Amino acid sequence: MPVDYLPILILILVAAAFAVIALVVPFYLGPRNPTKVKSDTYESGKLPYGDARRQVPVHYYMVAMLFMMFDIEVVFLYPWAVIFRQLKVFGLLEMGVFIAILLTGYIYIWKKGALEWN
Amino acid sequence: MQNIPLTWWLSVATALFSLGLYGALSRKNAIAILMGLELMLNAVNINLVAFNRYITPQNVTGQVFAVFVIAIAAAEAAVALAIIIAAYRQRGTVNVDDLDSMKF
Amino acid sequence: MAAIEIPPLNFAALLPLLIVVFTGLAVLILDLFIADKRSLGWISLIGVLLAGVAGSMQQGLAGFNPAFQSVAIVDGYAHFFNLIFVVAAALSILVALGYLGRVGLQKGEYYVLLLFSTAGMMVMAAATDLMVVFLGLETMSIALYIMAALDRKRQTSGEAGVKYFLMGSFSSAFFLYGVALVYGATGSTNVNTIGQVLSGGGQGPLALLGLGLMLIGFAFKVAAVPFQWWTPDVYHGAPTAVTTFMSVGAKAAGFAAMIRVLMVSFSPAFTLNWQPALVVLAVLTMTLGNIAALAQKDVKRMLAYSSIAHAGYIFVGVAAGTAEGVSAALFYLMVYAFMNTGAFAVVGALEKKNHIGTKLSEYAGLHGRSPWLAAAMAVFLFSLTGFPPLAGFWGKLYLFRAAVNANLTWLAVVAVINSGVAVYYYFGVIVQMYMKPAEDGQAAFPGINIATKLALTVAAAATVLIGLAPGSIIAMAISGIFG
Repeated sequence: MPVDYLPILILILVAAAFAVIALVVPFYLGPRNPTKVKSDTYESGKLPYGDARRQVPVHYYMVAMLFMMFDIEVVFLYPWAVIFRQLKVFGLLEMGVFIAILLTGYIYIWKKGALEWN
Repeated sequence: MQNIPLTWWLSVATALFSLGLYGALSRKNAIAILMGLELMLNAVNINLVAFNRYITPQNVTGQVFAVFVIAIAAAEAAVALAIIIAAYRQRGTVNVDDLDSMKF
Repeated sequence: MAAIEIPPLNFAALLPLLIVVFTGLAVLILDLFIADKRSLGWISLIGVLLAGVAGSMQQGLAGFNPAFQSVAIVDGYAHFFNLIFVVAAALSILVALGYLGRVGLQKGEYYVLLLFSTAGMMVMAAATDLMVVFLGLETMSIALYIMAALDRKRQTSGEAGVKYFLMGSFSSAFFLYGVALVYGATGSTNVNTIGQVLSGGGQGPLALLGLGLMLIGFAFKVAAVPFQWWTPDVYHGAPTAVTTFMSVGAKAAGFAAMIRVLMVSFSPAFTLNWQPALVVLAVLTMTLGNIAALAQKDVKRMLAYSSIAHAGYIFVGVAAGTAEGVSAALFYLMVYAFMNTGAFAVVGALEKKNHIGTKLSEYAGLHGRSPWLAAAMAVFLFSLTGFPPLAGFWGKLYLFRAAVNANLTWLAVVAVINSGVAVYYYFGVIVQMYMKPAEDGQAAFPGINIATKLALTVAAAATVLIGLAPGSIIAMAISGIFG
C-alpha cells in the first residue's frame, strides 16, 4: 500500500524542512545588534583569560577518559539499585560479577601506571 | 507526552542522524568525525526510546537497548581518542586526508 | 512490592563463550605480573582450544538451550561458527608467538584483545536478538580497532587503527539505525519474533528500510564492495598477526550474524527484497576484489584484496537463499579460516621489522631459501585459487552448485570467471617463489619460530585433508543449519 509510505515521506520532508528552516530563519529574523558586553565569552560576567586553544596537559585526557568509562558503567547500576530489594541475592550476585569484571580493568590500569600524575 | 505523534520523534531522530552523517562525511579532523558518529548513535537512542513508548509500552526493550548503546558509545569514544592520539604522536596531525602513507 | 521472578539464565549454554572471556580476564591480570609474554600466548591458546572442546561436548546434549531469555542460542549453527573462531584465534595466536617477538611487539595486550574479540564473535554467532548481535559486533570491533593500532612505533599501524575505527563505527551506526527501525516496525528485537511478525504481513516499508540499513552495516564488516575501501589499508597497515585474525574472524562473524538475521527474520517475507541486493553485492565484490588484486606489488596488500574477493564468493552462497547455499557458505568459511590464516602466517614469517619483506619481489627464490615455507605458501595459494583436490576447490564447488540449484546459473558463471582471474595473481607469487632467483642480500633467511611452524603445519594439513575428505566437514555444515 502506497499510503504506508506516507510516514516515511513526511519524515524526509520534515527533516529536509528542518535543515532549511534552521539555516534560513535565523538569518532573516534574528536581530543583530552586538554590543561589547554581549559578545563577551561569558554573559555571567566572568572575565575570560588567555586563549581557548591553550594547551592542556595530556594527563587530563587520560583521567577524563578513565572517568568516562567508569562513569558510564553507572547507568547499569541505577536500574539495579531501583529494584534491588526485589531482585534479592540473585541481583547482588549478578552485580558482583559485573563489578568484578570492571575491577579487573581497574587493577589493570592501576598497575600499568595510568593513574600516576607524572 | 502521548499527544505528540510518534512521527515527530522520528523526525527529530532523522534530522539528528542526518546532521551526524553530514558531520562524519564532511569533516577532515578525526575528532570532528568522531563527534558526528556520536551524534548518529544518539539519534538512534531517540528512535529506540520513542518506539518503546509508542509501540511496546508494556516492556522496556527499547530503553534497555538505549542504555547499552550509551555504554558502547562511551567505550567507542574512549578507544577512538586513544587511537587518534597514538596516530597524532606518529604523524603530528589528526587530519584524515594526511593519513595516506599506504597509497600504492 | 512483589518479588521479581528470576528467569532461568542458563550460563551452561554459553560455556565456550565464558571460557574465552575468563581466559581473557585472567591473561589481562597475568600480563601485569609475568615478564615473559610468550607464556601468555600459550595460556590463551589453551583457553581457546578448551572453549572449542567444551562447545563440541555440549553438542547433542538436550535441554540447555536457549540461554538468557532466548537472546542467545548455541545451536549447531553457532557451534560451527564457534569452531571457525577457535581455528582463527588459535592459529593467529601461534602466528603471533613468532611474529610479535620478531618485530619487537610482544605485548600481553595482543592476546587479551584477541580473546575479547573472539568472545564478541561467539556472541554474534549465538545471538538471536538484535540487541545482542549489536553487543557482540561492538565487543569484536572495539578490540580489533585497538589491535590494528597496536604497533605504536609504526605510522601505518596507527593509520590503520584510525581508518578501521572511523569506518567501523560509521557502519555500526547504520546497522543500529536499521535495528531501531525494525524494532519500531515489529515491536521486537528478537529475530524469531520479528520473523513471525513480518510473515504475518505487518509494517512493510519501515522494516524494509531497516533491513537495508542493517545490510549496509554487515556489508562494511565483511568488506563487501562498495563498502570495502577501508580494507586494503587496514589489512596492510595492521601488524600481520592482527591481519591474520581479523581477515578471517571478523568476516566469519559478520556472515554469521547476517545469515541468521536474513534467514530467520527476513525470510520468507522479504526474500525477494534482499536476494537481488546480495546478488549485486556478490558480483561487485568478487569482480572488483579480483581486479584490484591483479595490480598489487605487495603480497600482504594483494591478500587483502583477495579476501574481499572471497567475501564475494561467500555472498554467492548466501544470495542463493537456500539451506544448501547457507551450508556451502559455512563450509567455505571454515576452509577459508585455514587457508587464509596460513597464507598470512607465511607473510608474517617472512616479514622483518618495519614492514620490510612483504613485497612480491622479496618472495623471489623463496624455494631456494626455505623450501618448506615456499611449499606451504604454494598449498595455501593453490587452495585459495580453488585447485582440486585442495579444500578451496570443494568450497567453491559447493558454493557455485548452490547458486546453480537456486536458478542463479549466471551468478555461478560470473564466480567461475572470477576464479579464473584470481589464478593470475596467485600464480604470480608462486612464479616468484619457484622460478625467479633470489635478490642480492636476500640469501640469509631467519629461522622460523616453532609456534609459526606449528601454525603452518596445522593450516596446511587441514587444507590438504579437508580437500581429500571434505565429507565430515560438509556434513557438519549441513547439520549447522538452524531449525
